[in-house]
Amino acid sequence: MSNAPFTFSELEAQLNDTLELVLSTDRTTSDIANTLKDLTREQQEFVMKWSIVSSRSNAELAYQFVENSASAFRKMSMDDVHNWLIQAMDVYDRQGLYQAASVLRKVDKFSQAARGKTNSISFEEVAGVLEKFICGLSGRDLKLEAGDIFFTDTKRLFLPGVITRFKKQSDNYSLYKSMATQLWAQTWYGTFHINPVTELDQFERRDRALQLFCYLETIRLTHCIKRDLPGLHREMLALHDQSETPKLGPDWLTWIKKLEASKATVGDTYDAVTALYNLNKKIPESFYYQPLLNPEVVVAVMAERINEEKNALQHALNDMSGEFRSAKAEDDEPEELEFKVERHDDENEASGFRYELTADDEPVAPPIDVKNLLESIFQDLGEIPPEYLVAAGDGGYRPGGSESNNSCKPGDADVIYYNEWDYRRQQYRKNWCWLKEKDVHPNHEPFVEQTVKKHYGLIMNIRKTFEALRGEDRLLKRQTNGDDIDLNAVVEAHADMLHGMEMSDRLFTRPSRLERNIAVMFMVDMSGSTKGWINDAEREALVLLCEALEVLGDRYAIYGFSGLTRTRCEIYRVKKFDEPYSNDVRNRITGISPKDYTRMGVTIRHLSKLLNEVEARTKLLITLSDGKPDDFDGYRGEYGIEDTRQALIEAKHLGIHPFCITIDNEAHEYLPHMYGPVNYVLLNDVKKLPLKIADIYRQLTH
Amino acid sequence: METNVLQAEALFIKDEPYYEPVGAEIKIFDAAYQNGLPVLLKGPTGCGKTRFMEYMAWRLKRPLVTVSCHDDLTASDLVGRYLITAGNTVWIDGPLARAVRTGAICYLDEVVEARKDTTVVIHPLADDRRVLPIEKTGELLRAGPEFCMTISYNPGYQSVLKDLKQSTRQRFVAIEFDYPNAELEKKIVMHESQLDESLAGKLVKFAGMTRNLRGSGLEEGASTRLLVHAGKLISAGIEPRHACRAACSEALTDDPEMLNAVNELSASLF
Ligand SMILES: Nc1ncnc2c1ncn2[C@@H]1O[C@H](COP(=O)(O)OP(=O)(O)OP(=O)(O)O)[C@@H](O)[C@H]1O
Ligand SMILES: [Mg+2]
Repeated sequence: MSNAPFTFSELEAQLNDTLELVLSTDRTTSDIANTLKDLTREQQEFVMKWSIVSSRSNAELAYQFVENSASAFRKMSMDDVHNWLIQAMDVYDRQGLYQAASVLRKVDKFSQAARGKTNSISFEEVAGVLEKFICGLSGRDLKLEAGDIFFTDTKRLFLPGVITRFKKQSDNYSLYKSMATQLWAQTWYGTFHINPVTELDQFERRDRALQLFCYLETIRLTHCIKRDLPGLHREMLALHDQSETPKLGPDWLTWIKKLEASKATVGDTYDAVTALYNLNKKIPESFYYQPLLNPEVVVAVMAERINEEKNALQHALNDMSGEFRSAKAEDDEPEELEFKVERHDDENEASGFRYELTADDEPVAPPIDVKNLLESIFQDLGEIPPEYLVAAGDGGYRPGGSESNNSCKPGDADVIYYNEWDYRRQQYRKNWCWLKEKDVHPNHEPFVEQTVKKHYGLIMNIRKTFEALRGEDRLLKRQTNGDDIDLNAVVEAHADMLHGMEMSDRLFTRPSRLERNIAVMFMVDMSGSTKGWINDAEREALVLLCEALEVLGDRYAIYGFSGLTRTRCEIYRVKKFDEPYSNDVRNRITGISPKDYTRMGVTIRHLSKLLNEVEARTKLLITLSDGKPDDFDGYRGEYGIEDTRQALIEAKHLGIHPFCITIDNEAHEYLPHMYGPVNYVLLNDVKKLPLKIADIYRQLTH
Repeated sequence: METNVLQAEALFIKDEPYYEPVGAEIKIFDAAYQNGLPVLLKGPTGCGKTRFMEYMAWRLKRPLVTVSCHDDLTASDLVGRYLITAGNTVWIDGPLARAVRTGAICYLDEVVEARKDTTVVIHPLADDRRVLPIEKTGELLRAGPEFCMTISYNPGYQSVLKDLKQSTRQRFVAIEFDYPNAELEKKIVMHESQLDESLAGKLVKFAGMTRNLRGSGLEEGASTRLLVHAGKLISAGIEPRHACRAACSEALTDDPEMLNAVNELSASLF
């Protein structure tokens, strides 16, 4: 083989071959070939070889790689170039093309890191751990996001995309953690119990007031952190030692002392702001971990949530009144109940508080959803205002009969009728839902192949684990034939014989594969809200599942569901139990697309019926969904949840095990009630669905 | 050791075991016992079920026969079998038969782990017949009033293959266990590990944090048992963070990211 470098045209020809899929008239390989022609032959061969390998994952990934490879070779050794590509492919597997391409474009960053010079740490590197860390600290679910401004809107925590402030990477990591904790502290220790917009608007120089507030509130919160999370506080202090501590005058110190008292509230911070604002002194430099504040955004996000929760609470209380009255059978007294709530510090509760609810001075135990609402409202407002405790009238939430044009007609031969549970009446509405089975319209795009390619490594892994699962050896005892003698059986047989009884012929042991006798039905949410990422994730997850189940040999069926009002419930066949995993099935998986609403009860009833017709020792009904039951004609809130729950109870009576996989972050509030506390999994990131699904299934049936 | 059924000893508990009542469980158990009803203890791992049984056995002054169930446990492991000595056969009672004969409290730990056909043996003992038929000898053992059948079950297991059958669970008076509340848990940790109040309080707080993560990546939060373990390590001079890591985090998860987060949580407290 010649050692001369490839020529421009040789390079171009090879690249055209490899990258064919992503080239067009506007996008040719000639520029790239130009940059590569000055590399050594060895380097060029490396690029060619790995472009082919990476194009097997994704041609665009390969394109990005070759496009940046000349610059990579200028900055790094071949080993490091190799590592750089491997990292990108790894990111591709986990986070997709966009993120992977960004790794490939950041040659500089990688080469610095390779030389061990890096002190920087990026949001991506810390987000996973920090999100769990914050979740462990308690309070409302908070999402972490990278953003230009370091602040929270009380729903999401925005952190910088990368931190390079300190020389040591571990310090930069500590800073990330401190920043995230400060934002969490704002939501947890009541920074927004007083409306920041109205408060700050009173100051003429609003900027100065805001800046002062940020500084002083950080001091107050840092003290709360010191009290409750001393270990973390020490870490925060350690960051400070590396800088100068500012010398502050006595007026500052007096106020800071007040803010460091255990009982200090945000009101004290505002008092301090007022006092020090007038002193007209320079505001000390910000702490490293001092968040910014965007009062308008905070107020808007809070207002929306509070309004929702106020409504939800009032409705929930209304339901409770109903139950309360019927329990006491005092219908002749139509007056509203008077609810009161008291909150007590209580270390025994995970949140640190206990809520005591009374109705007309009689204590009532709040149901879990009411408790969660109270907690969340309290977290926002620091109190439960009395008007929130007024039970709201019946409006809106009743199921009604607004039938649409596309409805099934009662006479249609293929319409199946199902009852629906009305929890208010505690009885079924007869033949309330009209359901039709349809086929998913097949789609011939190569979605399944792409998914298999994209998750190639994962699939190999799944195959391996599932094969092991299938092949789980176990020693069968008391067999009529086998490789080994079952001593216990022989002794027993001998004893029997001595007692004049017939001797058993089951005297052997035989290794055998555990026989799985499982039938599983997948019920896939095709409601409109799944549009986009969720639908993609669902379809990818189904592909991976099929791969896994084919190995396992479990019988499975896949049906999608959607609908619009009770007279148009639709079930979409993707794969029936007796159908092989054929191309038709693949095309139908590809064709799963978002439709209308989520009427879950009727779907569960129908699929339970199908599942019940199958012979199997264990029957599973697994729902993939993105939210609560919800339909256009009032099938929502408690009504939908209670009907779904009832349908699941019916399924259990048929010997079916229901299980739910959801990505709804609020699912904790209703899923335990519907499915039971252990019969669901919540994924906080839809992109994880394909990665996790096989694992979930394995755990469920091991 | 509980691992081998044949060694399960019928034993009288002489010293009062340390047990902190959490709710009405002692009263309920007492009442069930007086009425000859079998009892099912439901609850997550490490929340004090075994300790409770020891305490009740001591209180009722009955021997306690504990059998840890596993998936190879057969009916004759429980009931008994013939053995051969010098050409003769001798019947040897299994732990269940022995418990019935001696009027003991029989505790089948993690009963779902046993094979389905095994659980059926306890059915006649667990309803109002209160008998144990021994097929091999033709004997019908009648349980006296002191005998008590108790099983435990952890509903947290997600495997549907290991669910308790309705026909089994509906025979039992069920007592639900959960982790004790923070105050009590602190007291338990202090007592069991000789830690001071502040450290024990932090351990309990740490447990609360891991329980917040239940369902968001952790299958289970840290149990009281794990806290006691961590407490003992700390008492023995191990640095709290390391103790939490060794006794709790590693026991909770293998996922590196989650492990990291759990360690960060414990580090933030100490
Ligand atoms: N109420 C309690 N009183 C005293 N100690 C307790 C109590 N609850 C838990 N503990 C402590 O927790 C430890 C674990 O409890 P135990 O072994 O009884 O758990 P378990 O519920 O039987 O768990 P598993 O289901 O895993 O067998 C005990 O050794 C004891 O130290
Ligand atoms: Mg135990």
